[in-house]
Formats: sequence, C-alpha cells, structure tokens
Amino acid sequence: MNTLPQQLANGLFLGSMYGLIAIGYTMVYGIVQLINFAHGEIFMTGGFGALTVYLALPSGTSMWVALPLMLIGGTLVAVLIATGAERFAYRPLRNAPRLAPLITAIGLSLALQEAVRNWYPQATSARVFPQINAGPWNIGSVNISSGDVFVIIAAPICMAALASFVRATRTGRAMQATAQDPDTAQLMGIDTNRVIVIAFAIGGLFAAVASLAYGLRYGQVKYDMGFQAGLKAFTAAVLGGIGNIYGAMLGGLVLGVAEALATAYIANIPGMGQFGGQGWASVWAFILLILVLLLRPQGLLGERVADRA
Amino acid sequence: MRHRSLLVLTAVLTSGSLALTACGSRSNSSSNDSKGTTVTIGVDAPLSGANSATGLGILGGVKLAVADANKNKTVPGVTFQVKQYDDKAQPATGQQNATTLVADSSVLGVVGPLNSGVATQMQSVFNSANLVEISPSNTNPALTQGPNWGTGKKVRPYKTYFRTATTDVLQGAFAADYAYKTLKKKKIFVVDDKQTYGAGLAAIFKDKFTALGGTTVGTDHVNTGDTDFSTLVTKIKNSGADLLYYGGQYDESSLITKQLKATGTKIPLFGGDGMYSDTYITNAGASAAEGDLVTSVGVPVDTLSTAKDFIAGYKASGYKGDYQTYGGYSYDAATAIIKAIGTVVTNGTVPSDARSKIVDAVQKSDFNGVAGHVSFDQYGDTTNKQLTVYQVKSGKWVAVKTGTYTG
Repeated sequence: MNTLPQQLANGLFLGSMYGLIAIGYTMVYGIVQLINFAHGEIFMTGGFGALTVYLALPSGTSMWVALPLMLIGGTLVAVLIATGAERFAYRPLRNAPRLAPLITAIGLSLALQEAVRNWYPQATSARVFPQINAGPWNIGSVNISSGDVFVIIAAPICMAALASFVRATRTGRAMQATAQDPDTAQLMGIDTNRVIVIAFAIGGLFAAVASLAYGLRYGQVKYDMGFQAGLKAFTAAVLGGIGNIYGAMLGGLVLGVAEALATAYIANIPGMGQFGGQGWASVWAFILLILVLLLRPQGLLGERVADRA
Repeated sequence: MRHRSLLVLTAVLTSGSLALTACGSRSNSSSNDSKGTTVTIGVDAPLSGANSATGLGILGGVKLAVADANKNKTVPGVTFQVKQYDDKAQPATGQQNATTLVADSSVLGVVGPLNSGVATQMQSVFNSANLVEISPSNTNPALTQGPNWGTGKKVRPYKTYFRTATTDVLQGAFAADYAYKTLKKKKIFVVDDKQTYGAGLAAIFKDKFTALGGTTVGTDHVNTGDTDFSTLVTKIKNSGADLLYYGGQYDESSLITKQLKATGTKIPLFGGDGMYSDTYITNAGASAAEGDLVTSVGVPVDTLSTAKDFIAGYKASGYKGDYQTYGGYSYDAATAIIKAIGTVVTNGTVPSDARSKIVDAVQKSDFNGVAGHVSFDQYGDTTNKQLTVYQVKSGKWVAVKTGTYTG
C-alpha cells in the first residue's frame, strides 16, 4: 500500500498548524523587529481559554454549538494576553537595546507557563480537550480525522482573510507603512502604537485558532504545549522569511511535510536506518532550515517590503 | 605543584566534612531535648508535569505509612515527618534533590524516584552519604545488577539502593510470553521513548518475543514531549503488525494509541508499568484505549486482603489523586525504612552512624507488607516477583492474568 499520500496529508495538517502560529511571530517581527518568544505561551493560553468555555457550558452541549463559543473564548484570552504583553512588557522597552525585549519575552514565556501550571485547576498534567465525534473519513488512501478537518478548513480561511485585510483595509495599509518605516509612518499621521497592538492581536487570534486545532487533533492541552509548538512555528517563520505573512504559512507547510517525510522515509535509505523515524524528525527539520538559510539567507519568500506586515 | 593542590583539596574536603558532621551532631542533640526526635523520610518523585499522576501516588503511599507509624508509635521516641521533592521526571532535578536530601541530617531514608533514568543520577549521591534509598517503581535491571547484567555478570553497583518493584527482565519477558502464547500475536511493531526505562523494557520484550518465534515488523523511537505521531501511526498501520509494543510512559503512549485508533487501525497497544494509570485512559479516550494492555509489577493491590487497611486509609486521608500503581509499594518501602530505623534508634537517640546502620537493617527486612512479602536479595531487588497483565475493558483497567515469572 502506498503511504505517500497519507504521509503528505499528515505533513500538511501539522504544517498548517505551525503556519497559523508562525503568523504571530512574523507579524510582530515585521513591524517591531522583536522575536516574541512568549508567542508559544499565548498559543497555550488560547487552548486553555477554549477549554474553560467548554467546561462552563452545560454538559452535553453539541460540539457544533460549543466550537464557535470555544473559538471566541480562546481568542479573547489569547488576544488579551498578547496585547497585554505588548502594553506592559514590550512597550516600555520599545527604545531599549534589542536584547532587553528578547529576554523579557523569554521571562514572560516562563511566567505564563508557571501561572497556568499552578493556578489553572489540575493543569500540572495534561487536561483532556473535547473532541468532535465524527469521522474518520477515507478519501482514496488518505485517512482524515475530525481534528484534521478543522485545521485544513480554518488555516486557508484565516490566511485569505489576513491577506485581504493587510491589502485592502486602511489599517492594513497602515501596517505595511509602519513595517516599511515606522518614523515616516508616524510623521504621516499613522498611530504606530495602534498598529503594533493590532499586529499582536492578530497574532493572538491566529494562535487561538491553532490552539483549538491542537486540542482537537491531540485531545489534550498542556501547560508546556507552547514550548515545542512555538519553537517549530518560529522555525517555520524563519524558513519562510521572517516578516512575510505568506512566508510564514509556506514555511509551516514545508516544515510539516519535511518532518513527515523524514520520519517516514529516511530510515528506508540504505545505511540510514538509525537516522530515521519519529525521534529524528526535528533533527531533519532543522537540517532543512540550515540548508535553506545557507542558500537563501532571507528565507524562502525573502522579505518583500511591499507585503511585509 | 600537583602535590600542593592535592593538599589544598584534601584540607578543604576534610574541613568540609568535619563541619558537616558537626552540624549533624548538633542538630541531633538539640532535638533530643524536646519531647522526642523528629526523623525525616524523604520522597522524590515527579509531582508535577509528566508522570505526576503516578508520582503523587508514591507521595501518598509514603505519607500514609508515616502517618500510621506516628499513630501506632512504631518507633518509640521518634516522630516521623515527610519531606517531598518534585523531580519533574528530570534526571538533573533528581540529582539536585538527592544532594539536598543528603545534606539534611534529619533525613534517614528516601523513597523514590519513579523513573529509572532519574534513579541512575541519584544512586551515587545517596551511596556516598550512606543514605538508604528504596524505589517503589524502578524496574531497569542495571540499577541493581550493574550495566553488564545481560551477559550474566551481575554486580551490585550501590549497596544503599533497594527496590520494592521487580525488574524489567521479568516484566518484559512476562509480557512477551503473554503476547505470543495467550494473545497469539505473531507480528509486532516496537516503539520506545529512548529513556533508560522505556528503551530497556522494549528491548527485553522484543528479544523474548523473537526468541519465542514471533517477528518484529518495525521499530521506532519517539521523543518524550512529542505530541504529533501521525507519521508514526501511518507507518505502524501499513506495517501489518498485529500488536504495538510501547516502552515508556503514559504521556506519549496515550497519544499514540489515540492517533493510531483514529486511523481505523484496531491493533492493541501493549506497554509496561509506566503506562498503568487511569490517566492513560482519560488522555487517550476510553474508546481508543479499549483493549490496550499493560504489565505491572506485583498483584493488583485492591485484590489483596493485606491491603484493605491501606486502601481504606488512603481514601480517608484525602491525599491528592489515587494511590495508582505504586502507592502500595511506596507504603511498603517507607515501612521498611521505618522498621529499620526502629532497630537502630533506641529511646529517641540517633547514633552518629545511623545512616549506614539503617542500610544494613533494610537489607535484612523481612515482613508482610500491603503489596506482598517485603525482603531483598543480595542485589537489593525485591524477592516478590509477581506480575500482572491488565487490559482496558469498558474504560477501566482490569487484571487479566497474574503470575510469578522467574525466567
């Protein structure tokens, strides 16, 4: 049986999730040149926000009713924390040396993890996340579960909406202008603080969607789930060209597919048996990143100034 | 030059150890003045994060043993207290905890850790301080029989280390036997988490299963903390295996079985005692976990008449969580330490060489505990070699076979 279509699909689902998180890294970097290492934890809090909404609903609520509410709850929490981090942790350091906000981001990431671990009920180990009771479906030789369906529908919709927002709205154009030259943009009457807050908020929104996808795919949310996911998403953003929103999505997909194919097929190459398999997936993903950066230091889609936002 | 630095080093070490001894004797004599001596039993286990459900069961078992000893005045003139340390299932954290425990002169024995990988980093710390350590759950053979146990050259590395759980040599072979002879499985896919416990157990299972005549159609390794196993389960699905064996903990295996069953593959996952937890079923979902199997050390505590008081006491105590796999074994481990302290400490006077005397006394342990008879062989392994296979039936672990396995 040919497993290639299934493995490609596995990679696409995983990659779409990486891409959604990567948007948050890339938007913020594009505008304030800050690598927001706490973004993985914003993703995590989104998952717990959605879970809280579900637990607050009367038991037996249909998932079709619960899901939109969970999305709203998760988004609220993630956006609130993302913008709060901007306002209280990063804005005071806007003109400080680059390292200061970076270290602040790392500290914030640890603080959020510990806060959830200690204060969210029973969050010291994984909390069970509700599932959509449908599927799995078979399309040809590809098997798709209900969690996969969510991410494969949500990712393109979010992406298309973001693209048209950045291109067509006044705020979107203001974001492009701020990304290009914040000082001049401010002189032209753009409220750059507002633009920066919006960039963080959009990152939070995408992280919340991704966290819902994570919960639905793996059936659990965990206080430390943002660490690994955040690291991979950051890699995806760099791979695609940090600062470029299309690059983030493309980087996510490439990374997901590369991981899946490496896990599935490297071990079949003669003499490579011990370098294949699940345990080596991340290693191959990072080898790919190094190769791409050696050949195209600006990432796959470069940093086309016009689309930077 | 070399001699001088040696001299300085020796001087520093000597004065350091003198200072330590001085501290030790001072605190002992001061506590004698009050109503009685307070002796500390240390607990090291993962109390948060990965494996914490099982870890809290260990803590609860020890707390209960200590509460019972204080209530029954098992050792006259001595009040026991528990000091708990969270190792987060990280070897480095376990080693730091061991160092802290050793430095506290009121600690006369330690129960833990949960993970074999953590134990490897703690053993030598305890050994150099002559502090007895009893693990209720470590199953890796090398911990008691040395790194060359496989070739028959068994050497006990640390005389302070004991365990109330039997080893993976018996557990892995018992599982392979059950899979081949009872379940009639012929083709297995073996996955492990690359940790001391998981990789060791999976290798023992695989060797025994192939020796019995079965075939291994594939092997793979995962990283602890991974969540996406979609690629791996696709490989398993297409390998034609009729059983998946997993060496590791419930954190990863519950996700693997969930993702495997989601692809419509109905082969059971078989694992070791690290997976035997209700959290496995909750995390995987009852329908995905249905039919999965584990082996675990000892016999199910709730079937033992000796454990009735223990279970009732645990329920009444209000400790966080359930007693899990090792609660009963932790109770016995703590009791072994308490009984040993009883032979060394008279009228609340702790002798200066109490720690090493306690090690000798634990070696001679011989009593009936809640989970079976407690005594140790020349390697520090328990002589209680009973094992049980459990299977998930209607969302609950049910014992399907109990037996003694000797090789």
